Amino acid sequence: MRGGRKAPPDAPVPPEGGVCPASAVDPDVDLRVPAQRAELAGRHRWTVLSAISLGGAVGATARHAASVLWPASGGGFPWALLVVNAAGCALIGVLMVLVGAGGRASRPLVRPFLGVGVLGGFTTFSTYAAGVVDLLEHGRALPAAGYAAGTAAAALGGVWAGASATRACLAGERS
Amino acid sequence: MTWLLVAAGAAAGAPLRYLTDRAVQSRHTSAFPWGTFTANALGSLLLGLLAGASVSSGAYALLGTGLCGALTTYSTFSYETLRLAEQGRHLTAAANVAASVAVAVAAVYAGMETARLLAG
Repeated sequence: MRGGRKAPPDAPVPPEGGVCPASAVDPDVDLRVPAQRAELAGRHRWTVLSAISLGGAVGATARHAASVLWPASGGGFPWALLVVNAAGCALIGVLMVLVGAGGRASRPLVRPFLGVGVLGGFTTFSTYAAGVVDLLEHGRALPAAGYAAGTAAAALGGVWAGASATRACLAGERS
Repeated sequence: MTWLLVAAGAAAGAPLRYLTDRAVQSRHTSAFPWGTFTANALGSLLLGLLAGASVSSGAYALLGTGLCGALTTYSTFSYETLRLAEQGRHLTAAANVAASVAVAVAAVYAGMETARLLAG
């Protein structure tokens, strides 16, 4: 980002957390945010859906690359996907704070492309759940529980760390 | 070829998640993120069906790694959980984690067993 980090003086200052309005929860699309509710209206519909589609293809290809470089055998611990999911969660924390803070990241296609598409396609819940089932079917109950809980902990720790660090950076820039 | 199949599946899966999320959200007002929960549960069920049906590696790349992979998401789920916790909705946040993991694992199992039953 070249010189676009500070919001212009006339931009609305988002509340604590950088998300406007404060009730927004879902980073894919939150219908309580008027701009997101309206983003499929009119001729921009196909631009938004195409951005999500393209981003999803990019993210999933990167996830596939990780699984090729770091394969897990049947019954093996799926380290690659754990790292992919944790990294994707840290990055969505960074991204959504930037999106909420105004400036370049709040442009209309940034969240659909990078958030819904790239990071949504990079991380996955179905293959994670299938990994837990695979470990269970190989009689490895403890690794299965460790993988289920470990991914959740790494993902939630990641999103918290990503969001907190980004907020701290933005606060440092403003002061 | 596998790469193209993964990309093509995900190109459909990601917008399908977005549209599912919108459709579900427009039908309720609760704080629980049902939209992402539904996408994750549906994608896990479909992945279980594919795994249980022992489909070809090409079909699995397209529909499993690509479509189901992008239809479901961990990043959206974790950010929603963080936001719920930050809003003081700790119980909803904890319920989202427990229910999402339990339902996704159960959905994979259900899909696999259904496909195996159908295959005889």
